[in-house]
Amino acid sequence: MNKHVSPRMNRRAFVIGTAAVGAGLAIGLDLPFGGPAVVRAADGSPEVNAWVVVRPDDTVVIRIARSEMGQGSLTGLAQLVAEELECDWSKVTTEYPTPGQSVARKRAWGDFSTGGSRGIRSSQDYVRKGGATARVMLIEAAANEWKVPASECTVAKGVITHKASGKTTTYGKVAEAAAKLTPPADVKLKDPKDWTIAGKGLLRLDTAEKTNGTMIYGIDVKLPGMLNAAIKDCPVFGGKLKSYDEAKITGMKGVKKVVKVGDTAVAVVADTWWHAKTALDALPIVWDEGENAKVSSESIAKWLAEGLDDSQPAYVGNKNGDVKAAIAGAAKKVEAVYNYPYQNHATMEPMNATALYTADKCEVWCGTQNGEAAFAAVLEASGLPAEKCDVHKVMPGGGFGRRGQTDYVRQAVIIAKEMPGTPVKLLWSREEDMAHGRYHPITQCKMTGAFDANNNLVALHYRLSGQSILFSLRPEALQNGMDPAAFQGVAQSGEAAIGYSVPNLLVEHAMRNPHVPPGFWRGVNVNHNAIYMECFMDELAHSVGQDPLEFRRKLMGNHPKHLAVLNAVAEKIGWTTPAPKGVYRGIAQVMGYGSYVAGAAEISVTDGSKIKVHRIVASTDPGYVVNPAQVERQIAGSFVYGLSALFYGGCTVKDGKIEQTNFDTFNSMRINEMPKVESVMVPSGGFWGGVGEPTIGVAAPAVLNAYFAATGKRIRSVPLRDQNITFA
Amino acid sequence: MANLIINGKTLALDVEPDTPLLWAIRENAGLTGTKYGCGIAQCGACTVHMDGVATRSCGVSVAEAEGKKITTIEGLATGNTLHKVQQAWIAQDVPQCGYCQSGMIMAVAALLADKPKPTDADIDEAITNICRCGTFQQVREAIHTIAAA
Repeated sequence: MNKHVSPRMNRRAFVIGTAAVGAGLAIGLDLPFGGPAVVRAADGSPEVNAWVVVRPDDTVVIRIARSEMGQGSLTGLAQLVAEELECDWSKVTTEYPTPGQSVARKRAWGDFSTGGSRGIRSSQDYVRKGGATARVMLIEAAANEWKVPASECTVAKGVITHKASGKTTTYGKVAEAAAKLTPPADVKLKDPKDWTIAGKGLLRLDTAEKTNGTMIYGIDVKLPGMLNAAIKDCPVFGGKLKSYDEAKITGMKGVKKVVKVGDTAVAVVADTWWHAKTALDALPIVWDEGENAKVSSESIAKWLAEGLDDSQPAYVGNKNGDVKAAIAGAAKKVEAVYNYPYQNHATMEPMNATALYTADKCEVWCGTQNGEAAFAAVLEASGLPAEKCDVHKVMPGGGFGRRGQTDYVRQAVIIAKEMPGTPVKLLWSREEDMAHGRYHPITQCKMTGAFDANNNLVALHYRLSGQSILFSLRPEALQNGMDPAAFQGVAQSGEAAIGYSVPNLLVEHAMRNPHVPPGFWRGVNVNHNAIYMECFMDELAHSVGQDPLEFRRKLMGNHPKHLAVLNAVAEKIGWTTPAPKGVYRGIAQVMGYGSYVAGAAEISVTDGSKIKVHRIVASTDPGYVVNPAQVERQIAGSFVYGLSALFYGGCTVKDGKIEQTNFDTFNSMRINEMPKVESVMVPSGGFWGGVGEPTIGVAAPAVLNAYFAATGKRIRSVPLRDQNITFA
Repeated sequence: MANLIINGKTLALDVEPDTPLLWAIRENAGLTGTKYGCGIAQCGACTVHMDGVATRSCGVSVAEAEGKKITTIEGLATGNTLHKVQQAWIAQDVPQCGYCQSGMIMAVAALLADKPKPTDADIDEAITNICRCGTFQQVREAIHTIAAA
């Protein structure tokens, strides 16, 4: 893209501006500078508006602000723009505007953040308007040329026709004129039932480069004269770097410099990364580990367990009736305590960023889920103003929430700043990546259910104890100290609402924040809340001798969308018909990220400890489905992520450090462990939900409930690895 | 210095003999399609062919690789004709983030060279690469499609 003269903007104003922006910001529809000046893409092609560039050969370049990281949003967003634009899909290509360009144009592309399954749902309205606006302008340009009313012109696949005169032209021929027009104030969007490009399982736009080695990930960035850096941060979170003996490695091959990075880390810069890593491993380092070195998994578990006690303070997230009175007067009471561990995102590509710092410019190339947050980190670490910084997004080798954080970007800039004019690529080893994650938060949950004499559930007390992500990462989002996101999946209302009506309900959270830094881990708080609630629902059903599906249905009368997906999986898996001999079923449902999902598993168990997951049926109602083939892949991928965490995941703490160091101690599912996944999409329309994350929530409880059906044994702790249970 | 035969060319590289082949390929030969994932031969992202055998290049030294014919993802196609695995991967939209797919494709290509019609059990045994996005279902389907062609 071309460079624009930007208004001077100070760093502080930008950072505050980014934080203050909500999801509903209207953007991107105004020509940035107004008047007849045409904004041009890097190759000189005219920009019809911020989202659409049309080249003279009719190629349509669609701008994508959100990050593609494998989830397919890039293709889905392009489908939505192309649908309204009425262009030829075979001539569509995409590009990322940079955060620096966006800031210089008053955030023409809006929010870059790609997390919370928001990639499509939070931008669908304005990107569709971007496509529709461009279509209106392109048609108007043709009509003006022909001196006919625009209302008499039609367009199909980028070819504009005036039927009465028989004239035709293409988008590429009128784009220059269209770019000079004033955009319409308002445009009408298509009814999704009329979609021909969106809603279809089209192939992704970014596959070919991923099959021949040409896709450039952050780790592959090459710049002239570039050096490579390896880094070690204090393995105890909160500890500091005390000293290191640089003399021991100065003569080692390729080593150029040793850099102290902040108060906590040291990096070696060398000609190749292998030289940098080899020298770093040979560098004697002394850490000041501090008080946190006394913390262990056992001490954390003890502290969290204390939070389960009613005498301890807790935030109330969802409440009706009087739970304590109802439990006291109940005919029957059921109680269980569950727990869920820390998890590392373990993206296949470890964290990395390449930075080039000069006296008047700082640029970074990296995979990121949040271009603007990375940009803010560059400003902060470089000390340069916004117009002198930029971030060039490249393909991330997985995100899962980890690349929404910017720690690795900041480190790369700090190192590059020590070597002005020389680009430096910082790459974490897998071991560094395992030691310095932003971990799925650790929690425990005590649940108490109470029945009347007729076996009706009259009370449910759901008491969480454990870590808050927002407390650590977005304290401004806390509500009088409470983390509302802690109640994802069990909230009273909103995009992650509970699917059951219980006359007396109390959902509360005793917040306890250990020193291990938490993060948004694909599925986030839905993951453990769905396990706790759905496994406990199964326990409650069995305690009164009822079928787990029927038991749920009775509580879901006021939650028709939750119920519809549950019914869809029950039907597809054949819940009311017997399973094959030796095969047992489990079922679960949850709402998260605006979508309703359910899952049912068929498993067999050998010797109580070897689980074969034969088949999983998953149903989802995300409102609208933009690309069913990609939704199917997100659902199947969600089971890999969720079941890997259930069987093999879990990060433990010893002496204040994470014990797992690589995939040998933090394993991940392989193809031989993969069940057959059958997806049932039941989009009911009228709302937009996400699809990248919610299904992860039902993966573990569906399998755990099937394990109980098979063995009569209840598992209340994750991962199964620690209970000597594994895949068959 | 070491001489490595990569994708049919003999390259004289300024690299120490104990360097893992992965890093010689990426940093000395400049072929970045082969990926680093773990460095301990667990994940398979760095899989290449060494004399036709699927090999995790992070676990092999340059000294061990000298004299062997090494094929990386960049050398899998024949001229402008993509390998059948690459073609199937595109037609069936297998990759998600794609980072593990170079290694996955190399492992599958070696399997199919050995067993043109693999059973599910053959696939389970031969394909042990980690994919955190979770493309396994598409990987299996694509292998069967190739085998059926």
